[in-house]
Amino acid sequence: MSEEHQHPSVDVYLRVAAALVILTVLEVGVFYVPAFHPVLVPVLLVLSAAKFALVVMFYMHLKADSKLFTFLFGAPLLLAVGVMVALLFLFLGALTLKGAGAAGAG
Amino acid sequence: MTHAATAHHTSTGLDSRKMAFWAFIGSECLLFGSLISTYLVYKGRSVVGPYPHEILNIPFTSVSTFDLLMSSLMMVLALAAVQRGDMRWGKVWLFSTALLGLVFLGGQVIEFTEFMHKGLTMSTNLFGCTFFVLTGTHGAHVAVGVLWLLTLWVRALQGKLGPANAMTVEITGLYWHFVDVVWIIIFTVVYLIQ
Repeated sequence: MSEEHQHPSVDVYLRVAAALVILTVLEVGVFYVPAFHPVLVPVLLVLSAAKFALVVMFYMHLKADSKLFTFLFGAPLLLAVGVMVALLFLFLGALTLKGAGAAGAG
Repeated sequence: MTHAATAHHTSTGLDSRKMAFWAFIGSECLLFGSLISTYLVYKGRSVVGPYPHEILNIPFTSVSTFDLLMSSLMMVLALAAVQRGDMRWGKVWLFSTALLGLVFLGGQVIEFTEFMHKGLTMSTNLFGCTFFVLTGTHGAHVAVGVLWLLTLWVRALQGKLGPANAMTVEITGLYWHFVDVVWIIIFTVVYLIQ
């Protein structure tokens, strides 16, 4: 593996910044528009993920850098997301069982 | 633009400091992952107010988010300037990044003070506890980043920072951008999804 690779140009950095600003404006806009409220969570998660990916790929240079760096970042990130999802399921499950138990006792 | 040449040979051909720093960022993912998980698990479980929708100021935090995103732009411009040996602009962009970081921290101090005046502290309810721990930990990371950036800026003023130290600036940038991406998630999960 070699470390030599191209970093994005200043022009690319500026375009990414513009995209980040537009995505942030969209996020806040979606939050205030009642028509989007039924799909607010998935829309916000997609917009947020797009911003996350842009910063990591272009500003942190993972798009052009060694795949080993992508692994060093991506593996713990996936683990963190997995732990988050597992915890949410565990707690939501615990709540459901508690609710069912209370209903049964009542 | 290319990386500055590695100072020493490594079996992977990659800079050891950069690899170690990516591993550190990986561990930070787990730290913030656990804090965000805790926030989500206790979301909506507070039995007394103030509740998130009563207290969170979206327009104010949107400006803070914009500020942090722009600081990331300043950071990559600083790196590009240092890599091409343009230290005049390198110093300008490094200082701008630190300044925008300070503005973000100022916003967080204002926000925390306002919340406390409205009766929300760490011991008020589950929201207060998880909110202050999560955003406070992020704020502490921003403060460390600002100190790091100001140190680099002073070294640049002293003439001790140049294209040969571009990797140092790049690693500082990795930290700063990571702080930015963590805020991207916090802004969505805590502020917008109430």
